[in-house]
Amino acid sequence: MTSTTNDVAPSAPDVPSAPGGEHLLDIRDLEVTFTTEDGPVQAVRGVDLAVDAGEVLAVVGESGSGKSVTAMSVLGLLPPSAERRGRILWRGEDLLQSAERRLREVRGGEIAVIFQDPLTALNPVYRVGDQIVEMIRAHEKVSKAAARARAVEMLDKVGIPQPERRVDQYTHEFSGGMRQRAMIAMALACNPQLVIADEPTTALDVTVQAQVLELMAELASETGTAIVLITHDLGVVAGMARNVSVMYAGRIVESGTVDEIFDGTSHPYTAGLLGSLPRLDGDVDAPLVPIGGQPPSMLHPPEGCAFHPRCRWASGPAGCDSVLPPSIEVAQDHRAACLRTEELRAAGTLHRLVEGV
Amino acid sequence: MTSYIVRRVLQLLLVLWGGATLLFFLFFVMSGNPAERMASGGGNRNPDPQVVLNLEKKYGLDKPVPVQYVTYMKGLVKGDLQESFYGNTPVSDIIAERAPNSLRLAFWAVLIEAVFGIGGGMISARRRNSIADYTTTITAVVLSAVPVFVLGYVLKQIFGVTAFKHGWPAWASFPTRGLGDDEWVFGVLPATRATAKALVLPAIVLASVTTALLARLTRTSMLETMRMDHVRTARSKGLTEGRVMRRHVLRNGLVPVITVLGPDFGTMVGVAVLTEQVFQIQGLGSRIVQAASALDIYVAVGLVMVVTLVYGVCSLVVDVSYAYLNPRVRLGDD
Amino acid sequence: MDDRPDAAGGSPVEPPADELTLSKADLEGAVDLDASLGEVGPSRSLAADAWRRFRRNRLALLGAFLVIALVLLALLGPLFVQDPYDTSGLSKEGPTNQHWFGTDSVGHDVFARVVYGIRLSLMIGFLATSVMVVIGIVWGSLAGWYGGWVDTILMRIVDVLFGIPYLVLALVFVAAIGRGISAVIITLAVTAWLQTARVVRAGVLEVRDLEYTEAARALGVPTRRILMRHVLPNVFQPVIVLMAVGVGTAILAEAALSFLGVGIQKPEPSLGLMVNEAQAEVSEHFYLLAFPAGAIVLTVLGFMLMGDGLRDALDVKDV
Repeated sequence: MTSTTNDVAPSAPDVPSAPGGEHLLDIRDLEVTFTTEDGPVQAVRGVDLAVDAGEVLAVVGESGSGKSVTAMSVLGLLPPSAERRGRILWRGEDLLQSAERRLREVRGGEIAVIFQDPLTALNPVYRVGDQIVEMIRAHEKVSKAAARARAVEMLDKVGIPQPERRVDQYTHEFSGGMRQRAMIAMALACNPQLVIADEPTTALDVTVQAQVLELMAELASETGTAIVLITHDLGVVAGMARNVSVMYAGRIVESGTVDEIFDGTSHPYTAGLLGSLPRLDGDVDAPLVPIGGQPPSMLHPPEGCAFHPRCRWASGPAGCDSVLPPSIEVAQDHRAACLRTEELRAAGTLHRLVEGV
Repeated sequence: MTSYIVRRVLQLLLVLWGGATLLFFLFFVMSGNPAERMASGGGNRNPDPQVVLNLEKKYGLDKPVPVQYVTYMKGLVKGDLQESFYGNTPVSDIIAERAPNSLRLAFWAVLIEAVFGIGGGMISARRRNSIADYTTTITAVVLSAVPVFVLGYVLKQIFGVTAFKHGWPAWASFPTRGLGDDEWVFGVLPATRATAKALVLPAIVLASVTTALLARLTRTSMLETMRMDHVRTARSKGLTEGRVMRRHVLRNGLVPVITVLGPDFGTMVGVAVLTEQVFQIQGLGSRIVQAASALDIYVAVGLVMVVTLVYGVCSLVVDVSYAYLNPRVRLGDD
Repeated sequence: MDDRPDAAGGSPVEPPADELTLSKADLEGAVDLDASLGEVGPSRSLAADAWRRFRRNRLALLGAFLVIALVLLALLGPLFVQDPYDTSGLSKEGPTNQHWFGTDSVGHDVFARVVYGIRLSLMIGFLATSVMVVIGIVWGSLAGWYGGWVDTILMRIVDVLFGIPYLVLALVFVAAIGRGISAVIITLAVTAWLQTARVVRAGVLEVRDLEYTEAARALGVPTRRILMRHVLPNVFQPVIVLMAVGVGTAILAEAALSFLGVGIQKPEPSLGLMVNEAQAEVSEHFYLLAFPAGAIVLTVLGFMLMGDGLRDALDVKDV
């Protein structure tokens, strides 16, 4: 395995310190490997994440970065070919060591999931209401009638008109945006303390996206639910999140508050992402600068920093191409995993790239 | 939904009419002269031309084919299936005599198929790549390559002949005579032990190939369903594994499997011909072979139509059930 | 350009200063997207992918091995076995040095008959399947391409024939057109093309309304050309699977017909016929049943395994 040939400086947990003690969800050193026909694929290679009560954490990355896998591994929703290592602390309890029974209590009752495509995520042969009722009755001893009333209430809360009628309809009778709302209703039905939203708006029209996100933010602040928002869309992040973690090739390359990340970008990858976005206040004729190259194959991850083949400032040999950059604190509540981050920050290179100057 | 049913029924009628027409012309145009065949005692001696002419007159075979066709169709609409050229037994009588055996056999064969096919497939899917899985899969594959008559013969030898010859215990020996005038409850359940025993071997044999195929289909369907998003969602809701399997995996995954069982029943009524030969069962299949070889045209066409009807009705029932179970079709697509 | 003041403290490695003072303007045009998109790794054609998947499937390989072995046996066998029609041997002798599989009731060498029987089965299987594929492709293409009432009529005929169970149809057909080898081949071909036609029609429909087909038509490319070069490659994969499985089915069907006495007649060496003949003798001479039956099973097994392997490797569904 390539990692053994790297010099890895042991790093402190890659997480902003909590105000008073434990985080709500504290993922430490998570590794997820899939066994495939072609060999083991390391989708997640040492991730630290934390969310506090009532907070919104965005996990950003492109396809294949491992962000969805990380999210799904919390509740053990990965396919059987996946192997997890590390610690997943939910209010102090390690979910990786928990019994199946306890996990079932947590799923839906304490941590709920909103999936990306509500058309396939909901069962097409059952009514929407029945699926919500199923969730409720799995966690609370209530009568069918009471559960159904709650389902109607939830549908109403998420802004679905005529909920008493809609509750008896099937998924295909809903529009895309409504389906996602229904899924949100289902996720919140048992008042979970954390909601993991896996690209909740990717499958929706742009106009509907904003509505759904607003709804999520509203409901979350109303009930004090924390959100882990998985997305590849930085625009979504800016509007909703307090903290952001940027993932690349199975690792967190930069994490911190939204302000810190946007104004004090400290990793070339993040800078590339931000710099490639079109800006309203930028020069209309200025071309967009993409990040050249392709994300690496997780079957054979590159040695050293996974981003180095695409990084303009990669130093080598015996630099970025062979040393795995440790995650260091570059500012208050702001960490980056880059060997040259101090220099780049000092010279303001990344900041200029982001600002389009 | 209703329009769907109506359409399917019309389609079935079309198939029946088309099939009858096709077979009718097939026989009359392509094969020899049934009168000659009869006169020559099955091709054994040279037919006497005078006898042939007489026979032709008697059975209306001297008229041009299209005229015979129209006559036949007219009769068909009135429910008259004509008679056999040999002995003038009405075709409908032949059907009444033979069909029950075929239907009984097919019924039990489908039952065996459903139980072992679905059961085997589900075990395979649950314990993927385990010993159980491999064994089931290999058995299924090999079984589907073994011709029905070979299996029938081998089993008959082992449990029928050898068992009696060497005096095996009663529970291991099975008679090999056909299903004749046994007693039945509700037409399908064997009333006596002897009847039940006579049923076992042929039913197993008839079921063998389709069971193997069904097991593999079930396995594939289950595995595919288990990978679907909505199963993951169900788990994420904190449902017990049992409930996830029952309400989300089975309910969705068994649909393609059940859809196949219906037509299988219909197919079995026809394919049973091989089993019937081996076990000397007086069913529709063997009678069809007999009639076709002897150019006893009306019998052949009539019986084939019955088989087709059974097959068609089964397909129809299954399709309609599927449409009913699928909310998209039932309520009309949006 | 904004220049941030240098942070205090130097860094251990001093990179060239200009690298750090790059502005966004400097980066314009620095990324050659086309080149970077090309770095996708070794290209893998569909065929190569499929072959890789097939290779991994042990059962499929077994099937392929069986098929190849049997084909070789069929081609080369006649060179070194005895004459299958020769009845000079003692009748009903078990396996001996002279007759590896023994002799049958008339004195034929069973081994020779089995080898010739396999040969016959393969020949019938391949011929019937080839004809079936041709009929199916033509029928399905016409129905799919022209649509409208042509489609309706053609597919209604398919529906009618589909409604009659395969074996029954074959029985009746073969009774009508007579017996013997060619009759069997015709019968098998004529009753089995239905599924191929449906699959081909579906494939044609998929591609017919795509824009590049429209473009070809607008350019005046003759229909047959369009069909052959653009449309049919789309059905290539399922048809291959149908062919492999089809040979297996055809062989089973021929065996069944011969067993029932309406297929191949004596003294031709048909495996099904041999099983039929063995019925009377089986109690004492089990080998008379075992060898031909075993041959049938192996042959059909080979094609079915290969067909399944192909189905998985080519990722074909609904077939």
